[in-house]
Amino acid sequence: MSAAATTNLSNKALTERFGRVIQRDPLWIRAGLIAVAVLYLAVLVLLPLVLVFAAALAKGIAACWSAITDPAALDAVRLTLFISFASVSLNLVFGVAAAWTITKFQFRAKGLLITLIDLPFSVSPVVSGLIFVLLFGAQGWFGPWLQTHDIKIIFAWPAILLATTFVTFPFVARELIPLMQAQGSDEEQAAITLGASGWQTFRHVTFPNIRWGLTYALVLCNARAMGEFGAVSVVSGHVRGQTNTIPLHVEALYNEYSSAAAFSVASLLALFAFATLGMKVLMERHLSRKARTQQFSTDDTFRSLE
Amino acid sequence: MFSWKSKHVLPGFKITMGFTLVYLFLIVIFPLLGLGIKASAIGWTRFYEIASSPRVLASLRLSFGASAIAAIINVFFGLLVAWVLVRYRFPGKRVLDALVDIPFALPTAVAGIALTTLYSSKGWMGTWLSPFGIKVAYTPLGIIVALSFISLPLVVRSVQPVLEEFDPEVEEAAELLGAHRGQSFMQVLLPELTPAILTGFALSMARAVGEYGSVVFISGNLPMRTEIAPLLIVTKLDQYDYAGATAIAAIMLLFSFSILLGINLSQHWRRRRIAPALA
Repeated sequence: MSAAATTNLSNKALTERFGRVIQRDPLWIRAGLIAVAVLYLAVLVLLPLVLVFAAALAKGIAACWSAITDPAALDAVRLTLFISFASVSLNLVFGVAAAWTITKFQFRAKGLLITLIDLPFSVSPVVSGLIFVLLFGAQGWFGPWLQTHDIKIIFAWPAILLATTFVTFPFVARELIPLMQAQGSDEEQAAITLGASGWQTFRHVTFPNIRWGLTYALVLCNARAMGEFGAVSVVSGHVRGQTNTIPLHVEALYNEYSSAAAFSVASLLALFAFATLGMKVLMERHLSRKARTQQFSTDDTFRSLE
Repeated sequence: MFSWKSKHVLPGFKITMGFTLVYLFLIVIFPLLGLGIKASAIGWTRFYEIASSPRVLASLRLSFGASAIAAIINVFFGLLVAWVLVRYRFPGKRVLDALVDIPFALPTAVAGIALTTLYSSKGWMGTWLSPFGIKVAYTPLGIIVALSFISLPLVVRSVQPVLEEFDPEVEEAAELLGAHRGQSFMQVLLPELTPAILTGFALSMARAVGEYGSVVFISGNLPMRTEIAPLLIVTKLDQYDYAGATAIAAIMLLFSFSILLGINLSQHWRRRRIAPALA
C-alpha cells in the first residue's frame, strides 16, 4: 500500500511532505550548534566590548567625563577628526572616479587595476607606515631636501594623513565597483543620448542609484580612518597634544597605567564602531527590501506571462 | 554610425582614468616601489644576514605560526557560525550576525587593551583561567586569542554567501538516496564550500600576519618569545636600523602579495571553469 502511495506522489509533493523534515537537523544538534556559536562569539567578541564600557566607568562617570574632556584628549579628537575628514574626502573623489572608469568603460588590464586598488588591504599597517618613513624620513629619499626646505612630513600631520589615506585607500572604490557594475550603464547612456552633460548624468542618474552604497562606504572608510593604529603609530612621533590621534592617546594613557582614562577615551571609538554597525544593518535592510520588491515585480511579470 | 558598444558613449573616460592612475601611483604604487628599491639596495648577503638572525627568525616563526593557528580556529568556528546563521532560525540571530562584524568595526588598539585587561591575571577571564594554570596575557596564547578576534569575520563572511546560495534540495536528494546527515555534509556540502573556506583561511592568514594594534598590548613583547614580526619592524625603526626594518617588511609584503595573487588566480580559474562559454 505504501509503495502505491509513494508512486502516486509527485517529486514536489515528496519534498513538501519530507523535505522540511530532512533539512531540519534534530533539535539537540541545532541547539548544540547554536549554543557553541553563541558562546564563542560571546566570549571572543561580546566580552571585550562590554569590558570597554565597564572599565571606562570603573572610577565613576565623573572620572570618565574628565578623561574625555582632558585637553590632550580633546587635541587628539580634533586631530583625528581632521585626518579622517581629509583622507575620507580624498578617497571619496578617487573611489568615484575609479568606479566610473572601471564600470562604465571597457579596457584591457581591468582586472590588474582592480587588484592594484586592493593592494593596501594586504599590507601590514606597520609596513604602511614604514613606506612613508622610507620616503620622507630623515634617512629617506626626500629627507635631506625636506630638511633644507624646513618642511616636516614625518612626525607631523602630513605623514599621518598619508598613512591613513593609504590604509583606507580601497574602501570607497571597492564598495562602489560591484554596485555600479550590477546597475549597468543603460540609464546613463539614455541620459547622454537625451542631451545631458557628463556631470548632469552623474548628478541626476548615477548618484541617486549609488547613494546608499556610497554613504555606507564613507562610514566604513571613516571608521577605519579614525581607528587606524599601526600605520599612524609608526609615522606620528607620539607628541602629546600635537601628533597623537585618539588611538595613540588611548595607548599612551594605557601605558601610563591610567587604565580607566584609557578605556574612557576608547569607549568613544567603541561607540563609533556601534554607529558603523547600525549603519550597516540599515543599509542591508534597505538593499534586501529593494531586492525583494524587484524580485516581486519580476515574479509578477512572469505570472502575467503564464 | 552610433554604436552602443563604443567606448565613448559615456563621457569622462580620460579624466577619471587619468585621475585614478595618478592617485593610485602617488599613494600606493610609488611608496611600495620605494620599499622594494630600498630593500634591493640592502644587497643579498646583508639581506640574508638580517633575515636569518635568530631574533628575526623567531619573530617570523611566531607571526606565521600564531596566524596559522588562529586561521584554523576561525575556519572551524567560522564555518559553524556561518552554518548557524544561514540554516537555523532562533531569537537573537540578528544580534549574533552583527556581533561577527565587531572586530572589523572596533579599532585594533581598543580591542588590544580590552583583550589584555580581560585575560590578565586579575581580569574577568584571567581569574577564571589561572587556577587551571592557563596563562593567556603576555604569552603566545594571548597572541592567538587576539589574532582569532581580528580575523573572525573573514571566514564567516567568505562562507556565508556561498552557503546561502547552496540549495538544500541537493542535500535532501543525497539523503533521500540513503546518505545520512554526516555523509551529505562531508561529501555533498563540504566540497562546495571548500573554495570559500580556503579563501577565508588565506584572508585570515594575511590579515593576522600583519596585525599590530591588537597584539602589541597582549603579547608582552619579549624578544625571542612573544615578539611578532610587525613589532620587530617598529623596534628596528626606533633604533634607526632602517635596513633591518625594510628587510622584514619586504619579506612580509612578499608573503601577503603572493596570498593575494593566489586568491585572485584561484577565483579567475574557478570562473573560467564554471563559465568558459561566457568568456
